[in-house]
Amino acid sequence: MSETRSGGLVGWIDDRFPLTKMWNEHVGEYYAPKNFNFWYYFGSLALLTLVIQVVTGIFLTMNYIPSGDRAFESVEYIMRDVNWGWLIRYIHTTGASAFFVVVYLHMFRALMYGSYQKPRELLWIFGCLIFVALMAEAFMGYMLPWGQMSYWGGQVIISLFGAIPVIGPDLALWIRGDYVISEVTLNRFFALHVVAVPLVIIFLVVAHILALHEVGSNNPDGIDIKKNKDANGLPKDGIRFHPYYTVKDLIGVGVYFILFSVVVFYIPDFWGLFIEHPNFEEANPQVTPDHIAPVWYFAAYYAILRAVPDTFGGVLMMGLAVMILFVLPWLDRGKVRSVRYRGLSFKIALGLFAAGFILLTYLGTQPATDWNVILSRLGSVLYFGYFIFLFVYTAFGLERTKPVPERVTS
Amino acid sequence: MRKIVLTLALSLLPAMAWGGLPDRMDVDTDPHDKGSLQRGAQLFANYCMACHEASLIRYNRIAQDLGIDEDLVEEYLIFKPETQVHETMTNAMTEADAEQWFGVPVPDLSLTARRHGPEYIYTFLNRYYVDEDAATGFDNTVISGTAMPHVLEVLQGRQHPVYEERNGEQVLVDFEIEEGTGTMSPGEYRAATRDLTNFLDYVAEPVKGERQRMGKWVLLFFVIFTVLAYFLKKEFWKDVH
Repeated sequence: MSETRSGGLVGWIDDRFPLTKMWNEHVGEYYAPKNFNFWYYFGSLALLTLVIQVVTGIFLTMNYIPSGDRAFESVEYIMRDVNWGWLIRYIHTTGASAFFVVVYLHMFRALMYGSYQKPRELLWIFGCLIFVALMAEAFMGYMLPWGQMSYWGGQVIISLFGAIPVIGPDLALWIRGDYVISEVTLNRFFALHVVAVPLVIIFLVVAHILALHEVGSNNPDGIDIKKNKDANGLPKDGIRFHPYYTVKDLIGVGVYFILFSVVVFYIPDFWGLFIEHPNFEEANPQVTPDHIAPVWYFAAYYAILRAVPDTFGGVLMMGLAVMILFVLPWLDRGKVRSVRYRGLSFKIALGLFAAGFILLTYLGTQPATDWNVILSRLGSVLYFGYFIFLFVYTAFGLERTKPVPERVTS
Repeated sequence: MRKIVLTLALSLLPAMAWGGLPDRMDVDTDPHDKGSLQRGAQLFANYCMACHEASLIRYNRIAQDLGIDEDLVEEYLIFKPETQVHETMTNAMTEADAEQWFGVPVPDLSLTARRHGPEYIYTFLNRYYVDEDAATGFDNTVISGTAMPHVLEVLQGRQHPVYEERNGEQVLVDFEIEEGTGTMSPGEYRAATRDLTNFLDYVAEPVKGERQRMGKWVLLFFVIFTVLAYFLKKEFWKDVH
C-alpha cells in the first residue's frame, strides 16, 4: 500500500531491492489483532531463541572438537579455558530447553485458539515440520558433549530404528555409520547439527512466517479481523505490528531474559534436567548406565514408547504421536476456533490432554517401574484420546458452541 | 550367624535408610568461601593426589580463583617434579600401576562433584568403617567393598559402626571412633572433609562463584529493561482502544 518512495540511501536501495516493501508487508504495516494475550508472546520468543542458539552455536563450534577422544574434553575446555566459554555454553544448553518450553507453549496456544483451523492449515504444518526438525536438532546436539547420556541416549534412540521390520537393522546401521555409536556417528551428527538441520529450520521458519502473514494472525477470540474493515480497507480490530507489538514483545523478551538468566547464572544444569548428571562422565561404550533417561523435552514421547510392550509397536506409537499433529486441522471439524466459545467437553478434553502430556513428561524421565508403565498407558490414552475425541465430537455435530462475537473482546 | 546378619544388614543399608542413618549426609558447599577452598586444596594435594588426579583444572587457575600466590601454589600444591604452574593437577602414577596396586583404575576427580553431587563425596569421606575382612582394613557404606584405602584414617581415626535392633533387624544407627586413633576431633574431621568436598565442587565447576556474582548484575539489568519496556508499551498503547 505504501507507494511513497523515499530518497537517500533507502530510496536508492528501494529502486533495486524491495526493502521498504518487505518491511511494510511484514512489520510496519502488518496488521495484527489488538487483543493478543499472554499466549501470543511465544512466537517471537521462539524466533529469539533460534537466533540465540545460532549465535552461541557458532561460537561453540570454534572450540569444540568432534572426535571420540577429544569431544568431552573440548567441552570442558570451553567451560574452563575459553574466555566466556562457560557463559556461551550455558546459554546454548539453557536455550535448548528454553526452545522446547517456548515451542510447547506456542503449540498449546494454537490448540486453545484453533490457530490450525482453516485457513491456517499450511501455517500449522510448517510449524509441525519445525517441531520435528527441532527434535532432530536437539537429539543430535545432545550427543556432541560425548558424555555417558549423550552416548547411551543416542544408542537407545537409534536402535529404535532397528526395530522396524525388514529394513530396520540396515537403517540403524546406515544412520550410525557403524555397528555401535562411534566417532563416525559423532562426526556426522556434528555436521547435521551445525549445518544441515539449522538450514532446514531457518527455511521452515521463513515459510512459517510468510504463511502467517499471508493469512493473518488468529487471536484469542478466534475471529477473522479482516471481515470488519474501515473506510481505508484496514481491519478495525487490527493494529500495526510495529510499533505496537514490537514494544509489547519487548516486555516478553525482558521477562524471558530474567528467567533465562536465573537458569544460566544460578541453576545451569536445572537439577539434572537440562544437563543430566551422568553426562559429566565421558562416554564409555563398555559401561551402560543403570538408568538411561532422555532429556525432559523428549520424555513424553519416550514414555509413550515404553507404554507399549512391543518395541516396534512402541516406535510406531511414538512416531504416530508426532505425526498425528500434522492432520489436526482435518480432525477438528469444529465451526468455532477459540476455546472461549467452544463446548464444555472440548475444554475438559484439552485440559486432560495437557495433564496427560505433563504426566507423560514426568514418567519418561523416571525408571520404567510397573506403576510407571501403567500410568504411561493412561497418559498415552489421554494424548491420543484427545485427537480421537476431537474428531468424533466435531464430525458428528456433538459440540454445543457459544455465540462468537462480531468484534474482538478486549 | 552374627556375621550373616551383619552382611545382610549392610547389603540392605540403602533400602532401610528409615530409622537408621540417612544414605547421604548434607554438605554445605560455598564457592565464595575462599578459606575453605584453600584448606580443601591443601588436603587434596596432600592426601588425594598421590593416586587421584584432577586433570581438568590448572594450578594457576586455582591460584587466581582462590587468591593464592603462584609461588605458594608451587611450594605447597605441586609435588610432581618439573610441573609448571600452568599445567593441570596430574600425578606420577600410571594407569598400569593403579591396576596392579588396587585392581581398578583410579578415577579422575575433576567432575565427580557434578557427576554424583558433593553429598556423595562428603558422605564417602565420612563413612569409612573398620572391617577386618577388607583388604585395606576398611569398608565404606557409600561404595561397599571399595578398593580405596581409608587415606584420612590418620585424621579421623578408626571408626566402627553401631547397630541397633529395630523390628527384628540390625540397623546402622551411628559410628563410634576408637579413642586416640585420630588426630582430629569428629567436628574437626567433618569440617576438614567439608573443605575437601567444597574444593572438589569448585574443581568440577571453577566458574560457579564467578557466575553467581555476575548473575546479580545481569538480573538487575534485565529487571530495569523490563520495567522500561513496560512503560514504553504503555505509552505506545495509549491510542489503542
